[in-house]
Amino acid sequence: MKSRPARAWALGLLAVLLWAPLAHAHVQQGQAAGFFTGLGHPVSGLDHVLAMIAVGLWGAQLGAPAVWLLPVTFPMVMALGGMVGLLGVPLPGVEVGIATSAILLGLAVMSALRPPLAVAVALVGLFGIFHGHAHGTELPAGQSALLYSMGFVMATGCLHGVGIAVGLIHRWPWGQTVLRAAGAVVTLAGVFFMWRAVA
Amino acid sequence: MSAPTMRLPHRMAAVAGAVALAVCPSRAEAHLVTTGLGPLYDGLLHFVLAPEDLVTVLALALLVGLRGVSHGRRALFVLPAAWLLGGVIGLAGHGGVSLIWTALSFVLLGGLVASDARLPLGATTLLAALLGLGHGYLNGAALARPGPGAVGLLGIVAAVFTLVALAASFVVPLRAVWARVVVRVAGSWIAAIGLLLIGWAIRSGA
Repeated sequence: MKSRPARAWALGLLAVLLWAPLAHAHVQQGQAAGFFTGLGHPVSGLDHVLAMIAVGLWGAQLGAPAVWLLPVTFPMVMALGGMVGLLGVPLPGVEVGIATSAILLGLAVMSALRPPLAVAVALVGLFGIFHGHAHGTELPAGQSALLYSMGFVMATGCLHGVGIAVGLIHRWPWGQTVLRAAGAVVTLAGVFFMWRAVA
Repeated sequence: MSAPTMRLPHRMAAVAGAVALAVCPSRAEAHLVTTGLGPLYDGLLHFVLAPEDLVTVLALALLVGLRGVSHGRRALFVLPAAWLLGGVIGLAGHGGVSLIWTALSFVLLGGLVASDARLPLGATTLLAALLGLGHGYLNGAALARPGPGAVGLLGIVAAVFTLVALAASFVVPLRAVWARVVVRVAGSWIAAIGLLLIGWAIRSGA
């Protein structure tokens, strides 16, 4: 494909996306708000953002198959946690768990930790429960459940994608140093979240 | 459904287009949407604007695409036929969009895609038939109220056929590991959406 047709495709898709909000002109209200609210929810909290990007970074460091297994695992387990939160089932220490996830994931990236795959998946899955539960209990009433959930999951997946994309610099020596530094930043942020959670 | 010679940017653009359509924030019960072009196109638009149907069909197409040509060909005809049959039954019945049915469809299909489940041909055929009957019934029941009616159902079935053909023929020739992983990640997203929907459905009593 030449670059011009590719641009035409991109412009066409952009037009579709921009056209979509015009579909508000139906009887029920709040559908589009549901999708975009869901899309914005995972990026509304820095603790969630850093942890999800760290999952992608760690996956990129670990390489295949972790690079795709972790991002496949996290959204599903997180959604399971979200479902539990939606049902009102309490989970003690959610904020502490989220802060711990940032600390440990940051440490894993900083030290380029390479545990067995099952351990990495279990760790990420455990953290996913806490993040999902927090999101589930925060989900606003009166939204379109389906569109909200679609936006929510897509945003989460895209955050992992960002982490993986950035983590691809791991192939270069300077990139490995930068990734370790990024892990340190996530860890420090996690310590701050922990202080905020227990203070 | 032989391997097309579509090059990578075309494929990525096609996937992006499908995603864009799937996330169009529009009315789920599109029997209220009129195109001005007649009930056939109203039905077609109903499908395009109803993510509970669109994503389900897309997930099934991804699943049969991962399994290969024979699965794709079978689903290409079984799903629309079952959808039509369920729709005809539904035209005489009652119902509407069912959140829990949508949620279970998403979890089942998304989970199977994410795990790249090695289902036999009979299992994917049965899956296509059951999904077609269920979603078709709900469509038919919705269309029975003032709306496009039976002709609209034909539009929906045509759209189902087209989406299965396009999506499955896109996935069938994928051989690169990363490309199949992308499909599986899409499946995990669909399953995750379904899990959240189960929570929503139980909480709201839908």
